[in-house]
Amino acid sequence: MALPTYATPIQRTYYYAYLFFCGVVFFFLIAPLIAIVPISFSVSPFMVFTEGMLAWPPDPEAWSLRWYRNMIGDCSAEVVSSTVPCSTKWMKGTVNSFYIGIIATFIATVLGTMAALGLSRPHMPYKALIMSILISPMIVPLIITAAGMFFFYARINLVYTFTGVILAHVALATPFVVITVTATLVGFDMNMVKAAQSLGAKPMRTFFKVIMPLILPGIISGALFAFITSFDEVVIVMFMASIDQLTIPKQMWAGIRQEISPVILCMATCLVILSIVLLTTVELLRRRAERLRGIKAR
Amino acid sequence: MPIGDMLLRSVDDSQINTVFPNTFEEYKKWDKEKDELPPEEVYKALFQELAYGDKIQVGRALTRMNYSKSGWKSLIKKTSRAIKKVVKKEEFPDSYKEFLIETNEKWADPTYWYAMGQMINNQTSIYYWNAIDRTFDQELNVVQQDEDRRVYVQTWLKTLKVSIYVTVFCLILGFPVAHLLANLPLRYSNLLMIFVLLPFWTSLLVRTTAWIVMLQQKGVINGVLVWLGILNDDGRIAMVYNETGTLIAMTQILLPFMILPLYSVMRVIPKSHMRAAQNLGAKPAMAFWRVYLPQTIPGMSAGGLLVFVLAIGYFITPELVGGKDGKLIGSWIAYHLKTTLNWGLTAALGAILLGFMLIFYWLYNKIVGIDNIKLG
Repeated sequence: MALPTYATPIQRTYYYAYLFFCGVVFFFLIAPLIAIVPISFSVSPFMVFTEGMLAWPPDPEAWSLRWYRNMIGDCSAEVVSSTVPCSTKWMKGTVNSFYIGIIATFIATVLGTMAALGLSRPHMPYKALIMSILISPMIVPLIITAAGMFFFYARINLVYTFTGVILAHVALATPFVVITVTATLVGFDMNMVKAAQSLGAKPMRTFFKVIMPLILPGIISGALFAFITSFDEVVIVMFMASIDQLTIPKQMWAGIRQEISPVILCMATCLVILSIVLLTTVELLRRRAERLRGIKAR
Repeated sequence: MPIGDMLLRSVDDSQINTVFPNTFEEYKKWDKEKDELPPEEVYKALFQELAYGDKIQVGRALTRMNYSKSGWKSLIKKTSRAIKKVVKKEEFPDSYKEFLIETNEKWADPTYWYAMGQMINNQTSIYYWNAIDRTFDQELNVVQQDEDRRVYVQTWLKTLKVSIYVTVFCLILGFPVAHLLANLPLRYSNLLMIFVLLPFWTSLLVRTTAWIVMLQQKGVINGVLVWLGILNDDGRIAMVYNETGTLIAMTQILLPFMILPLYSVMRVIPKSHMRAAQNLGAKPAMAFWRVYLPQTIPGMSAGGLLVFVLAIGYFITPELVGGKDGKLIGSWIAYHLKTTLNWGLTAALGAILLGFMLIFYWLYNKIVGIDNIKLG
């Protein structure tokens, strides 16, 4: 997409303006995520770049791991400040987030894979209807899903319990698994199932020995989507979780509303790193899947 | 299932009917044309139901009554106390009507009784009318809400306005970027794609926090502007906790949802089309307008609807970045669900929002098909 050599000066101007504009948009997309990283290493209890941090040569006094130590619950004197109390909430939130996230991911992955397998059969009745019901939690605004679930779970006494939060997250995360696994199944050769069965494999064995290894990349990326959905989820947690089910997003929400402090940025930095890891994994899996299916990498 | 339950909630008015069944039964016999106040039997039934009713149930009913007319709660509470005294001493009055009016002269005020009339049926549409700033008058006609209680129409309009702005901004910013990504050689476009996908994968709260850091008075952007000498130190712009902040943050957060569908559409448009058009004598602008742009319409409509629908139900970002006048309809839903516990109104607001959503998805399905949603 380079300019042809015969481009007129006006075309050149347009072209460079266009590149510049794209650059600005990329900057707009990524800058906020980059900006928070250095601030999380600041000494100051405010979320700003201090003068010491901008000074050249760098002033070691201005940088510290203070807020990271606060985050992991270290309450020694040099860590706490008058505006930022020290608590174990962040660590408790992390544990809960992983606990809820992993269980919800597991259930959602199993359910979603089964649903996708069923839906990709050629003779499945009411395919479109089932598909639209399955992916409805992805489409309906979260606040509506949350309100509906809250009313419904209140009737059956599941609000403020781990079971309730996990079930709600399963409902939210399953569509992602269904979509990714269905996409992998598009290139799946159903004759292999027939071959396995004609050689005497029972359905379970066929699934674990033939189908699963082939669609594994889809299942894994679906599971990662499910995990990140549950891990980032704040609206449902806000309504359905009590203080016992405190998760990272809930604590961040509380933090932003009340005690704005760099500890939030420390957690945010950790989450950015986590999302980079997940993004890389999904991207690698996608490429591998395309290679396996013989589709030329795009 | 939970959504069906919510829809039921939005019209359900049976709770209060289980608390005051006899009162309502007698109330129906009252001829509003003939008598200014309800007959003795209504007062008597009310007296007995307050005296012997379950306290928790009465409390819930009171909350409901307060929605139809404020003042009910304190009136009933005071009356209840008086009634309890009477019941204890077992000195029942001869005329319940006179007794109640004596305890509180509000019982002689027909507007309270008219308000009670709104609650007699097991189903009600009052929450829906409330959700668009209407209420019932004494004859059960729909009228405008009092001036100082009108908030929802304004909020609905603001939600709509913000969503439209965000969609337009996303389109303007997203189109060139998607075009660039679709036309670059793969090696580069895969690298640049990270810029789009990383925000897409990052927690919503992280991005919202990041915008607060960027936009606040002492934040990064103001800091840079002051440092460059464009602003002086007192002239820092207030960019967060108002509508500007909401718009900026929501645009960035929803931009990937615009770029990704656009990208997947643009990817498959053959480059030869533009060349062919120019060969046939079209100027580049003309070729773009007549040949390229029409082919991207499916992508634009998919991205546009996706962004619009997501924006209209947005709640976290406006709540945190929007400040007090940046509240969108989602914030009100959360507020009534968590704080005022007016679940009927919550459900009605939710149902209206859902209705909007279904219309847009129907459109979306017509244009691109729901199965075409792609991730990453």
